[in-house]
Amino acid sequence: MIRIEPRQTQSRAFTLGVPILSAVIALAFAAIPLLAAGANPIAAYAEMYRGVFGSVFAFSEVLTRATPLIFTGLAAALAFRAKLWNIGAEGQLYLGAMAAVAIGSGVLDVSGILLLPLIVVLGAAAGAAGMVAPTYLKTRFGADEVVTTLLLNFIILIFVQMMLEGPLQDPMSLGWPQSAPVLEQGMLPPLLERMRVHSGLILALILAGMAQFMLARSVWGFRLRAVGENAAAARHAGINVKRSLYGVAILSGGLAGLAGVSEVAGLKGYLTADLSPGFGYTGIVVAMLAGLSPVGVVIAALFIASVFVGADSMSRAMGVSSFLADLVVSMSLLCVLVGGFVARYRIVRASTARAAS
Amino acid sequence: MMDILNILLSESFWAASLRIATPLIFGVLGALICERAGVLNLGIEGIFVVGAMCGWMAVWLGAGLWGGVLVAALAGAFFGLLHAILTVPLGLSQHVSGLGITLFATSVSYYTYRTALPNVSSPPRIEPFQPLDLPILSDLPFLGSVLFQQTALTWLALLLVAVVWYVMNRTALGVAIQAVGDNPDSVDAQGLSVYALRMGAVAVGSALMALGGAFLTMSAFDAFFFGMVNGRGWVCIALVIFASWRPGKALLGALLFGAFDALQVRLQTEIGALVPGQVFLMAPYILSIIALVIAARSADYPRALLTPWFKGQR
Amino acid sequence: MTDSTVLKLNGLSKQFGPVVANDDVSLTLNRGEVLALLGENGAGKTTLMNMLFGHYLPDSGTIEVADTAGQLQPLPLGHPQLALAAGVGMVHQHFTLAENISALDNITLGSEPLFSLRRNRRAARRRVEEIIAQSGLNAPLDTPVGRLSVGERQRVEILKALYRQARILVLDEPTAVLTPQEADTLFENIRMMTNDGLSVIFISHKLREVLAFSDRIAVLRHGRKVGEMATSEADETSIARMMVGAETPELASAAMTPGAPVLTMSDVSVAGRSKRDTLNGVNLTVHAHEILGIAGVSGNGQSGLADVISGLAHPEQGLIKVNEVEIDTLSPAAMVQAGVGRIPEDRHREGIVGAMSVAENMIIERLDDGGVQSRGLLRREAMQANAERLAQAYDVRGPGVNAPARLLSGGNIQKLILARVFDRAPQLILANQPTRGLDMGAAAEVGRRLLEARERGAGVVLVSEDLDEILGLADRIMVIRDGELHQTPGRDREQIGLMMAGEPA
Repeated sequence: MIRIEPRQTQSRAFTLGVPILSAVIALAFAAIPLLAAGANPIAAYAEMYRGVFGSVFAFSEVLTRATPLIFTGLAAALAFRAKLWNIGAEGQLYLGAMAAVAIGSGVLDVSGILLLPLIVVLGAAAGAAGMVAPTYLKTRFGADEVVTTLLLNFIILIFVQMMLEGPLQDPMSLGWPQSAPVLEQGMLPPLLERMRVHSGLILALILAGMAQFMLARSVWGFRLRAVGENAAAARHAGINVKRSLYGVAILSGGLAGLAGVSEVAGLKGYLTADLSPGFGYTGIVVAMLAGLSPVGVVIAALFIASVFVGADSMSRAMGVSSFLADLVVSMSLLCVLVGGFVARYRIVRASTARAAS
Repeated sequence: MMDILNILLSESFWAASLRIATPLIFGVLGALICERAGVLNLGIEGIFVVGAMCGWMAVWLGAGLWGGVLVAALAGAFFGLLHAILTVPLGLSQHVSGLGITLFATSVSYYTYRTALPNVSSPPRIEPFQPLDLPILSDLPFLGSVLFQQTALTWLALLLVAVVWYVMNRTALGVAIQAVGDNPDSVDAQGLSVYALRMGAVAVGSALMALGGAFLTMSAFDAFFFGMVNGRGWVCIALVIFASWRPGKALLGALLFGAFDALQVRLQTEIGALVPGQVFLMAPYILSIIALVIAARSADYPRALLTPWFKGQR
Repeated sequence: MTDSTVLKLNGLSKQFGPVVANDDVSLTLNRGEVLALLGENGAGKTTLMNMLFGHYLPDSGTIEVADTAGQLQPLPLGHPQLALAAGVGMVHQHFTLAENISALDNITLGSEPLFSLRRNRRAARRRVEEIIAQSGLNAPLDTPVGRLSVGERQRVEILKALYRQARILVLDEPTAVLTPQEADTLFENIRMMTNDGLSVIFISHKLREVLAFSDRIAVLRHGRKVGEMATSEADETSIARMMVGAETPELASAAMTPGAPVLTMSDVSVAGRSKRDTLNGVNLTVHAHEILGIAGVSGNGQSGLADVISGLAHPEQGLIKVNEVEIDTLSPAAMVQAGVGRIPEDRHREGIVGAMSVAENMIIERLDDGGVQSRGLLRREAMQANAERLAQAYDVRGPGVNAPARLLSGGNIQKLILARVFDRAPQLILANQPTRGLDMGAAAEVGRRLLEARERGAGVVLVSEDLDEILGLADRIMVIRDGELHQTPGRDREQIGLMMAGEPA
C-alpha cells in the first residue's frame, strides 16, 4: 500500500536541486526524438554545446535570447506568486512593442535624450494595460483570467497585423506588414561591439534584482505573498486583496510589455507580426523552472535561451528540426512539476496488513 | 439589414455554421467531461494539435479515415492521461500542468511532422471525409440540405452530444463523475475510486478533444498546417463555462459560435471594403470573452474543480 | 456472550510521526448495543474509528467483525471497501455527500454497476423507502443534497450506511450540528434501529447525551482506553475525571459592572449567499467588562454576524458603532483600526497564511504600523523581536518564529492568533468558535485570555456552538436563529436549547 505524505520541511538541496535536475532530465529525454530523427544524440549534444559556448559570439546570442525571457519570466513569476494566472505575456509583449514603435519611429517630436525613457515607460504602460483589463474582468465579473488572457493573445496579435497593414505600416516597406524603424536615439544601446546583445539585458537584470528585494523585504511584497498563499486570510487581516491584484497585474503586464520594448528597441529596430516566437509562453516555463523566484528567473532564462540557441545551431549542422528546442522546454516544465512534487511530498510504503492471529 | 436576413435564411450559411461548430462541439464536450470530474484541462489546445496531426498522419500512412480517427482519439487519451497522472494522484497545479501539456503536445506534433516530412514546400494532402448522404434525413426541407453537406465526423459530434448527455444524467457512471467533481469524499466513502474516475474522465475527455483536432485535418481541410488550431481549444474552455457544464447547452454554445463565425466571413465579403479584415478575425475571440463575462457571474462551477484530493487525508 | 459480539478491536495502535494517536486499544461491541466512545478532542477517538473503517492502517492490532451468521471473522486492515462489505458503516463529522446530485443518488452511489446503460431506480427507491419506514429517518430523496438542511443531510448519511446493509454503525460526533431537540429525534431513531439488531458506536465529548442515550461507555484519553463501564453505573463526575485526568478546571468569573458600550449594532441586515451568512435586522450592544455569548445551531447566521464584526460583510442596512463611533465603510482594515480584535472561526483558512513565517503572521494585521516597517520596507529586526516576545508571552511552541506557520499544531496556531489579537489591547473582541478542535489545555487558555480582556475593560462577543462553553464564560447570552438575534431570559440550558430550535420558550 502506498501513501502520499507531505514533507514537514523542505531541504535547501531540494529547492535548488529540483530545477537543475529537471533541466538535465529534460535534456536527456531529448535523446529519444534525436534518435527518432536518425541523429546521434552524443554528436547532437556536442553540437549544441558548441552552439552555446563555442565562441563569445555564440554566448552573446544566448544573452540576447535570454533578455526577453527574463522579462516574460519575471512577468509570470510575480503574477503567479499572487495566484494571478497571467498567461497573456505574449499579447502584452506585442502591446509594449507596438507602443515602442508608435512613439519611437518619429511620430512624436521628442528631443533625443527623452525618447528612450519615454519608449520604456509607455511600452511598459501598454503591457500593463493589457493585464489590467483581464484583472478587471476577473475582480468585477469573476471571469477566469486564464481564459481571458489566452484569448487576448490572439486578439492582440491580429490587432498588430491590422496596425502593421494600417497606421503603423512603414511607408517605405513596399507593402510589407512592417513598422517604420525606431529612431537611432530611441534604441537601447548595444553592449558589445559587433554583437547583438543590448542594454535591455541590463534593465532586465536590474528589474530582477529589484523584484527579488521587493518580494522579500517590502510591505508590498509581503502583501503580495500573503494574497497569493492565502487570499482569505489576507483579506481577513485587512489587506486589500483587489488592490494587491491590480498592483501585481500592472507590474506583470508592464514587465511583459518591456520584453516587447527590448526586442524592438534593442534588437530588431522595427516591428513585425513575428517578433516573438512565443516568448510569452516560454516565460511561464522560465518562471516555473525558477520556482517563481526573480533571481531564479535569470538563471532559468539563461538555460532556456541556451537550449534554443544550441538547438538552432545543432539543427543547422545536423538537419534535425529545431522544434526540438520547444520539445526540451516543454519537457523541462513537466519535469520540474514532478520534481516539485517529489520535493514537497514523499511517497511512503506502508507495511502491508498483518494477518489476524 | 436585408443582406443579413438573406444570409441567415440561406442553407449554405447554416451548413457552414455547423461545420465551424463541429470541432468546438468535440472540444467543449471533452472539456465538460474533464471539468465535471473536477479537473481543468488546459492541455486542450495542444491535444487539438495532436489530434489534427496524428489523425492526418495515420491516414497519410494508409490507415484509412476511421483508422485516423481512432489514432487521433488514442493520442488524445495518451496526453490526457499524462495530465491526469500529474494532476490527480500527484495533485499538481492543474493550470501549470495543462499549459505544460499544451506546450508538450504541440511541440511533439510539430517535431514529429517536421521529422517525418523534412523538406516539403506544400503540405501533402489526404482524401478527407466526404459529405454523408443519409436517406430520409437528407430529404427534409432546409434541414436536409444543411445536414446533407456535413461529413460523418459532424454526425459523430452530434451523436456524442446525446451520448454524453445520457451517460452524465442517466447512468451510474455519470452520477459518479458528477459526484467526484463536487465532493470526492462522497465517492471515496462509497468505495469507488476517486483516482480512477477522475483519470478515466480526463482520458476520455481528452480523446474527444483530439477528435476536434482530427476534424480539422480530416474533414474541414485535407492537410496539416502549423498553427492551424489557432486558439480553438481556449475558445472551448470559455464555452464550457458558458454552457454551464451541460451537453445540450454546449451544443448550443458551439452552434452560436459557429453561426457568428460564419456570419462574419459572409459579412466580410459584403462590407469588407469598409472595415479591415482583421476586425472580423478578432470577432470570435472577443465573442468568447464576452460569453465568458456574461456566464461567469452565475456560473455554477463543479465545487471540487482545481482541488486535488489525496487518499486518506480529510 | 460470544455469539452476540459483533465487533472486537484487539490491541490497536497507531502512531503519526512522534504522536501516538492510539496505544493498544481494545473494545468489544454487542448486537443491538449503543456504545459511547468518549474523550476529549485529540484523545484518539476518530483515529480509532478510521482504523476500523480502513482509512488508516494500524501499526499493530487486529479487528474482528461478525459475519451474517454471527461468527467473528478477521477483517483485513486498511481496506475501506472490505470494511463496508463486512457491514461497518460510518457517518463522518463532515458529511461525505455530493451536493449536486440527489439524496437517492448519494445513497446508491457505488452500489450499482458503473458501466451499465440502465439503472434500476425503482427497486433502489423501494428499498430506501423501506429503510426509512423502519428507521424513521425521513429525508426527501429527489432533492439535490445541496438544498437539504443539516439534519436531513445527516439522515441521508445514515441511510447510506443502512442501504449498504451496515450492521455496525459508527457516528462521529453526530449531535455537533443539531439542536438539542433534533438530537433527541436522532437518538429515538437510533433506538428504533438497535431494536432491529443494529449495533452503534457513537463518538462524543458531551457527557450529558452519553449518559442519557448509551448502554455502555468507553473513555479514551491520550490515545489509551482509560475506562469502560455500563452507563447505568456511570455518573458525570467520574467520567469527566476519567476524560480529563483531573478535575475540570472551573473558569471562575466574578461578576463585573458593564461599562460604556463598545459595540452597537442597530437593525443590521446582510443578504448572504446562504443561511449561514444571512442576518435579518440584528440589534445588539456589547459593553466594556462584558462577555456576550451567542448561542445557536451551526449555520444560523453566525458567519454573517462574525463577518460584520470582522469587517468582511457588506450589510444592506443598519448602523454599526464601535466605541460609540460610527463605522461607515466596513472593511477588515477599518475594524482593526477601530480597535477590534478578531479570532476567526476557521483558523487555518482565515487566521494564518500557512506558507509564511510565524513572525510574519504575527504582524499581518499591522503592516502600516511604523513599528514593523519604515518607508514601505519591513523592519526585520523589529519583526523578529516582536515575534520572539509574543511567542514567549503567549507560549507559542513550534519549530521557531521563522518557520512556516503551517507547521504549528492547531493549539499553537490559535495561540499565535491570540497573541496577534490581544497584544494590541483591543476594546472589542470577536471570538468565533475559539476553542473548536483544541485540547483541554489550549481551550482553557483561550477562556482565560478572554476573561482577562474582560477584566481589562474590553467587550467580548463569543460565538460558539458549544453551549457549555458559553454558559461557562458569558455574562449575557443571546440566541441566533435564522439570522435573527433573540434575548434569552436567563441561563437555563433547557430554555436556551428550545430557543435554538425555534420553539416558543
